[in-house]
Amino acid sequence: MTTLAEASGISAIRQSLAARRRRVTILLLAALLAAIAASLYLGDYPVAPDAIVRSLLSPLTGEINRGVDFIVLNVRLPRTTLAILTGVAFGLSGAIFQTLLRNPLASPDIIGISHGASAAAVICMLVFGITGLGVSMGALAGAMLTAFAIYALAWRGGVTPYRVVLVGIAIAAIMGAVISYLFTRARLQEAQEALAWLVGSLNAANLNDILPLAGALVVLVPATVYLVRSLDVLQLGDDAAIALGNRVEPTKLALIVVAVAHAAFATAAAGPVAFVAFVAGPIARALLAGAGGGFLQSALVGAIVMLGSDMVAQHALPATQLPVGVVTGIFGAGFLLWFLASANRQGRGG
Amino acid sequence: MTGAKPMTTRHTLAATGMHLAYGAREVVSNLDIAIPPGKLTVIVGANACGKSTMLRGLARLLTPTHGTVLLDGKSIHAMSTREVATILGVLPQSPTAPESIVVADLVGRGRYPHQGWFRRWTAEDDAAVAEALAATDTLELADRPVDELSGGQRQRVWIAMALAQKTDFLLLDEPTTFLDINHQVEVLDLLTDLMRGGRTVVVVLHDLNLACRYADHIVAMKAGRLVAEGRPVEVVTEELVRDVFSMDSRVVVDPVSQTPMIVPIGRHHAQARVEV
Repeated sequence: MTTLAEASGISAIRQSLAARRRRVTILLLAALLAAIAASLYLGDYPVAPDAIVRSLLSPLTGEINRGVDFIVLNVRLPRTTLAILTGVAFGLSGAIFQTLLRNPLASPDIIGISHGASAAAVICMLVFGITGLGVSMGALAGAMLTAFAIYALAWRGGVTPYRVVLVGIAIAAIMGAVISYLFTRARLQEAQEALAWLVGSLNAANLNDILPLAGALVVLVPATVYLVRSLDVLQLGDDAAIALGNRVEPTKLALIVVAVAHAAFATAAAGPVAFVAFVAGPIARALLAGAGGGFLQSALVGAIVMLGSDMVAQHALPATQLPVGVVTGIFGAGFLLWFLASANRQGRGG
Repeated sequence: MTGAKPMTTRHTLAATGMHLAYGAREVVSNLDIAIPPGKLTVIVGANACGKSTMLRGLARLLTPTHGTVLLDGKSIHAMSTREVATILGVLPQSPTAPESIVVADLVGRGRYPHQGWFRRWTAEDDAAVAEALAATDTLELADRPVDELSGGQRQRVWIAMALAQKTDFLLLDEPTTFLDINHQVEVLDLLTDLMRGGRTVVVVLHDLNLACRYADHIVAMKAGRLVAEGRPVEVVTEELVRDVFSMDSRVVVDPVSQTPMIVPIGRHHAQARVEV
């Protein structure tokens, strides 16, 4: 029996697919490490690489160098950490949604989840005058409620991908209208603050942003690892998944909850940073070129895109720090145009 | 007719008093059927007669509103769906292949019910995939992307995926639709091979003549009810065709297989027949 598998090269094919996944993962890890190093090194205040390393190790070594420690540990490291964590969460959220709904457009920033979080956050800021952590909690609740509403409205004895996407796009439009309405009634100062949040930013990242997200990821990442195996068969369609012994509806619900939680906590921490969730999966899949897998790689791509965009946002214009959402927005829009053009060429039409 | 099969245990599949509905619309009413083990059963009927729906009911893809589906005498919906998936393989009507997936990977998905969180890929899985590819004559396609295959090749790959599941039962919903006639025959020859290898095969087909040729057991449906079942030579008559398809025809003997062959009459050619 084994001889047939060996003779026919089945094991070899599977091993070569696994090898390609490994190569892509190593490449992405290397790129992420380079981005982390760059993000800790770049800045207005020059710090030598060896001083950065010493400062990073200072909690272990007890060595103190106040000025450098402040720059590295209190300014740059939190920002880098928050970029990685939000990137991972957005990347996983987008990849789960796109795979589950079998539609590359079905990322949380297109099917209304981010818009729900934004509307809730804007309501917190403009209607109730809440700031800080309260806004994040509001965004979290908004994302969850919106996802529940989409799921309920799309439900017809089960949820079909197409209905979720259409209902989601409608919800996104409604939430956009809510936000616009609130802006027309706001005072200028408040509106400016709310707008800054809406663009999504890692400026002034601190432990209050990082800890809730890190805590959530401690639960969500293992849950994701456990659940994505089901996507191997859910991708083939509901009937095929049932036929292969998957409990389809509970599994889909669990996947949606996890994907929404990823997007919700990331949005609460950094605002609805545009398009990171949308681009991570397709970039990872393009690199993998049919080698299977894709979730670990999407998480890494998300982190790299977030970190890279934030570096551009910080350093592209002299003396001005852009919000990271401006950069990801431009990058993501370009990617969307390229994606639609190439999908049309292949006759698939996204 | 077909003789004993080298299968150690023989599983059984039956439905009693099965009603199936989509929402409020009932599609199959009070249907009793027992699938003959070790044979190739073909379900036929006009469009929207409920033949695919019945197959989905038998395959537990659709839960009956009344009645039960019995796998080995136990209610199929009371069993764990994974346990069912080791006995009963299903190829649904339009499964979707993930973009740029490779044939070996897709066929490997058929091993899902045999794997778990702690039992990942093994040599046995590789062997099952290789056997499934060999049985469907798709071994040489193993490293090709599914996107690049022809319709007939793709259908054989999907059947290979269901075969990799290594189940006694194989249920297929219109596996020959959209295929050229040569590929249709190819797929049905393959299903016959699988039946002779010891599997019980149930297949929904559009083409009545191919159904008559390949079926050990034919099941004719009309408006959600079972109209006739049995060996094609015994049940397929001009009256049955008129009843099921509302069409006049002549039933002659297929010169190749000696099975019934349906020749439709239609409005324009009835006269010509007399003149000849």
